[in-house]
Amino acid sequence: MSRPEPAHTHDTARQPHHPQHLSPARVLDLDPLLDDPKTRIVVCCGSGGVGKTTTAAALGLRAAERGRKVVVLTIDPARRLAQSMGIDSLDNTPRRVKGVEGDGELHAMMLDMKRTFDEIVEAHADPERAAAILGNPFYQSLSAGFAGTQEYMAMEKLGQLRARDEWDLIVVDTPPSRSALDFLDAPKRLGSFLDGKLIRVLLAPAKVGGRAGMKFLNVGMSMMTGALGKLLGGQLLKDVQTFVAAMDSMFGGFRTRADATYKLLQAPGTAFLVVAAPERDALREAAYFVERLAAEDMPLAGLVLNRVHGSGADRLSAERALAAAENLEEPRIVDQEGGKAGLRNSPETYDSSESPAPEASAPDEGSPAVTDLERLAATDEPQPVAPHLERSVDQLTAGLLRLHADRMQLLSREQRTRDRFTALHPEVAVAEVAALPGDVHDLAGLRDIGNRLAANRPELPDPAAGA
Amino acid sequence: MSRLQVVSGKGGTGKTTVAAALALALATEGKRTLLVEVEGRQGIAQLFETEALPYEERKIAVAPGGGEVYALAIDPELALLDYLQMFYKMGGAGRALKKLGAIDFATTIAPGLRDVLLTGKACEAVRRKDKSGRFAYDYVVMDAPPTGRITRFLNVNDEVAGLARIGPIHNQAQAVMRVLKSAETAVHLVTLLEEMPVQETADGIAELRGARLPVGRTIVNMVRPEVLDAGDLELVRTVPRAAVAKSLSSAGLGGARRGGNAERLVDPLLAQADEYAERYALEQEQRAVLEELGLPVHELPLLAEGMDLAGLYELARELREQGLT
Repeated sequence: MSRPEPAHTHDTARQPHHPQHLSPARVLDLDPLLDDPKTRIVVCCGSGGVGKTTTAAALGLRAAERGRKVVVLTIDPARRLAQSMGIDSLDNTPRRVKGVEGDGELHAMMLDMKRTFDEIVEAHADPERAAAILGNPFYQSLSAGFAGTQEYMAMEKLGQLRARDEWDLIVVDTPPSRSALDFLDAPKRLGSFLDGKLIRVLLAPAKVGGRAGMKFLNVGMSMMTGALGKLLGGQLLKDVQTFVAAMDSMFGGFRTRADATYKLLQAPGTAFLVVAAPERDALREAAYFVERLAAEDMPLAGLVLNRVHGSGADRLSAERALAAAENLEEPRIVDQEGGKAGLRNSPETYDSSESPAPEASAPDEGSPAVTDLERLAATDEPQPVAPHLERSVDQLTAGLLRLHADRMQLLSREQRTRDRFTALHPEVAVAEVAALPGDVHDLAGLRDIGNRLAANRPELPDPAAGA
Repeated sequence: MSRLQVVSGKGGTGKTTVAAALALALATEGKRTLLVEVEGRQGIAQLFETEALPYEERKIAVAPGGGEVYALAIDPELALLDYLQMFYKMGGAGRALKKLGAIDFATTIAPGLRDVLLTGKACEAVRRKDKSGRFAYDYVVMDAPPTGRITRFLNVNDEVAGLARIGPIHNQAQAVMRVLKSAETAVHLVTLLEEMPVQETADGIAELRGARLPVGRTIVNMVRPEVLDAGDLELVRTVPRAAVAKSLSSAGLGGARRGGNAERLVDPLLAQADEYAERYALEQEQRAVLEELGLPVHELPLLAEGMDLAGLYELARELREQGLT
């Protein structure tokens, strides 16, 4: 890029108290959270497509580079993000990430839900029974990823990692669910299912079989089994029954684990970060999530608002930029007087009541503007400007102004969306992350996002404004 | 034109919006379409600015030329009870099953069955005829699960037909697969001009093809307008700052000299142009990747004012103009 650093533009064109900035009370300061030895688990949740996985990875890297021993559990990372952390091989074990600076360590893993499920079975059943379960067709379908299994396995893996107690901090990404809340509900659902009468109904015939079973079942229940058999087909019911019977001894374990993981999420060492983009749907989902977390006594640290746009020229409004662009795009309207802008426009203020569109329409061939331009070019830049360039420069400038108008409109839309959220949830601290033009593919990119995440200090102005 | 239009896409690409716009577009000129929601998010109700949809087909919009859009949010539990009633006259037994947690089991712990019910309900709407033998709906548009799960979702009946080797569920599953794998169905993938959604689209298409499910079109959503073209971007790299300052000044934005208002706009405006250029290059790359996938590609504009009901009609018109209907 041939342009000066954005930081520079920042200084030249920002105003200190632009209304778009968050009030300090609402600013989420992430470094203290990451540094606190009491923080053991950070859960990143939110709807799909808002940058959850990238946020989780960036937070993990930042915590590691600030000295902690961190493991990041990702669910379904983009290929290049996974490669950037060296976890593109899917082996369900944390691998140390190379290239991390400082004393800490970063480990990362990608969830393999089938293997996680298999491991639970192997850990809780004797080899013979385990083989029976793993070979059961119903189990194979269930574990290979019917919706819901992924959520449960993510929580199971989190519980395992926590139990190993090898890491200071676990950062976990949540599955790309139809609803961001699925992962909260899935373990509970499993728990209530395992507690349910249905299990006993399913178990009874397989366990005791035929007529002998009848005395343990009331008539209603046997009718249910009949109905289920009719509905599912005899073979499937038999598979389910065999599966349930084989799993019977493990259910206690399953339930205890599901409950323990759920409790872990409510424990003081856990912090939830709701991730969203400044768009209506994502923030609606985020609001819903905030409410659910409160209802479940889950500790919410705050909202990470990704992809927030800013502008170094934010005091030039969209309307004014568009008017100026139109002015430039009407070649015969920009007259000689217009060329000497200083004569007609009060140059150092924007709230001049004078219209920027001049009335006169004299042609500008050989205009003094060119001389003026050349003189300016000579003072500010080494190369002189050829007169024929002026027209295309005007066109380009008009384009730049239109681009700016688009940016300002986007900015105010994002701001309105965010304000609606903060009005509903004034208690939720917010960290804003400036939008990046491209995707993240390496540790440097993650580090950059980490910096942007942590730059939301109350005493500093909003970094998004300069991006 | 396939009568079952399945719309999938990576989360955040706006597949619900595209599905709704497509339903509107297909209803134009007196047709009747059914827009089906399967993920229980009430996204359709939000888009059409109505209250939450119940589990019943309900008219939610009128299309230009007298067409009608109906919507249905499928509730898997109620769909299962429906089936029990329809196939087995088991209303009472269904309630008992529900009490036992069997319905919960069937629709959550074994969500494969849930997917069977959801696809089954959509296929039932496709095949339904009124008394005069006309199809109840000219088209059924499904706001389907995201790209990462779409193949499994649509193919679940194959799996279930294998699991439940006999019985009514088996027959039902096979009947659904016959519709889904025929020319009656087209699966469209919604994407953005960004790397991850495009990659997921490519993967999704490969998976759908691998499962011999009929792939329809790629729909690029939220395409930003081209404000600067390639020539402008070339000039951005070489233009003297002073010339831009001068031009800004001539447009009435203040002084062009160092420290003047117009001069101080130059750096931020050029920085924005650099960001635009970077994104422009990425978008062109992704366009090329999409072209290589060998499907018709359509582009829908980003609506400057955000998504609302008027925007939905605009997108529907756009889809018609591009010949999607």
